[in-house]
Amino acid sequence: MGIIRTERLVFEYIRRDEEGNVEGITRAVDEVDLDVRQGEFIAILGHNGSGKSTLAKHINAILYPTEGSVWVDGMNTKDDKDLWNIRQEAGMVFQNPDNQIIGQVVEEDVGFGPENMGVPTEEIWERVEESLKAVGMYQYRKFSPNKLSGGQKQRVSIAGVIAMHPKCIILDEPTAMLDPNGRREVVRAVRALNDVEGITVLLITHYMEEIIHADKVFVMDKGKIAMQGTPREIFSQVERLKQLRLDVPQVTLLAHELQKSGIGLPAGILTVEELTQALETVQKYRP
Amino acid sequence: MLRDITLGQYYQTDSVIHKLDPRVKLIATVCFIISLFIVKSWVGYVIAAIFLAVSIRLSRVPFKYMVKGMKAIVFILLITVVFNLFLTPGEALVSVWKIRITKEGLQMAVTMAVRLSFLIVGSSIMTLTTTPNSLTDAMEKLMKPLKVFRVPVHEVAMMMSIALRFIPILLEETDKIMKAQIARGADFESGNLIKKAKAMVPLLVPLFISAFRRANDLAMAMEARCYRGGEHRTKMKPLKYAGRDRIAYGVLAAYFAGCIAIGICL
Repeated sequence: MGIIRTERLVFEYIRRDEEGNVEGITRAVDEVDLDVRQGEFIAILGHNGSGKSTLAKHINAILYPTEGSVWVDGMNTKDDKDLWNIRQEAGMVFQNPDNQIIGQVVEEDVGFGPENMGVPTEEIWERVEESLKAVGMYQYRKFSPNKLSGGQKQRVSIAGVIAMHPKCIILDEPTAMLDPNGRREVVRAVRALNDVEGITVLLITHYMEEIIHADKVFVMDKGKIAMQGTPREIFSQVERLKQLRLDVPQVTLLAHELQKSGIGLPAGILTVEELTQALETVQKYRP
Repeated sequence: MLRDITLGQYYQTDSVIHKLDPRVKLIATVCFIISLFIVKSWVGYVIAAIFLAVSIRLSRVPFKYMVKGMKAIVFILLITVVFNLFLTPGEALVSVWKIRITKEGLQMAVTMAVRLSFLIVGSSIMTLTTTPNSLTDAMEKLMKPLKVFRVPVHEVAMMMSIALRFIPILLEETDKIMKAQIARGADFESGNLIKKAKAMVPLLVPLFISAFRRANDLAMAMEARCYRGGEHRTKMKPLKYAGRDRIAYGVLAAYFAGCIAIGICL
């Protein structure tokens, strides 16, 4: 069994009017089955309101399923006695960096999680040091978070989660509020965690460029999983992605358009290098 | 413009006073303030002055910097002095028309002026040498006995430190909203006081909404990081007394005992 598993997960928001009568029910997550193995890099894509954030909050036991179940490392999130173990094993990084940094100094914020878990003082310092080094923020440990850029703040948030020694990290659109530079910083840090530390990563995003390196991609639409597969499999279905209101990376789009106008390119081109290589091959064998 | 406001007035130097445990500084400040009201003779004030002067010297914060903080209260000081000077009944020293300055009045005015200015300089030594964060820590630790009476000490301390963390963020946000409103023709500058206050309403409403939203997000982020109140919690930077703190307590006790003795005898 994988580290994160959901079975026929359903979550419904109940809308109420001012008197508290039920006005309507919105199904945010609709019968989602997910199975993530230890060490995988998973990306979840979807446009706004597709239910991807709601799904993420279930894994950290912030929300509980209306129907179905969620297991994290074999623990059911409905079990209250496992609540803190689940939150420690499945760390969560949110969208807005300002609203998740608690400490007034970078190192204090990273120490917040271990403090809550009751880790002894000396070990907290060790954990803070190693996690700040893992995201490349060690030289900023004495800084006030207000003096950092968005990308740096988000890396501090990630360090704060790693310091709790989780088995997996769920990142809920960590780059949505960042500029392109900050986005690159954060994605690089996340990839390093996955490659070097072997932490399972669940990256939720709507930026297609960030999922190229994922092992597996899930595309969500209206609460359901609409597509799943490797990035290459997903990106070879440009028309379907457009239907789901998702932007395809420019290179892939260009390759797709060239293909449509009769140039014999392979499907699912992801990077500029791949495209140039493929074009050279095409030119070589042109009659 | 709003971002220029500095909070707390921490002044960084590497002095002995800075390195003292915040609890020592907090207790010392309280004792110093009490001592100012115990002593009634000039001997006591001289001793207080010496104590203060030594602390200032040791803190290595420039005296000028400290006096700058006094400017705000010069007005209050003046009112106190004037009222005491002219309104205390007793033996007249100078008497012009209906205004008389009495001997007791003069004495009272000088005492009050000395007390007030000592009080402010004394407490500013604490705020100048202690970061707001360690002050909150000290308060949490010192108030711990109150837990018996179900005072949520840890929660209050946590709220204080979160408030301190969010002040610059909310200031920045105010600045942003203000600029957005100005761009759409809002006027925060002209008009009388009431008009200005009314102009603040469209500023405060979005600010409050965003503050609540932030609070909601922060609470979720804290829960996700296993926050469950003060129990089972360890400290990354626990407060520990060192040798110099014991010496400081000794000096403080000697000073305080001296003040009480003077207050009773003289």
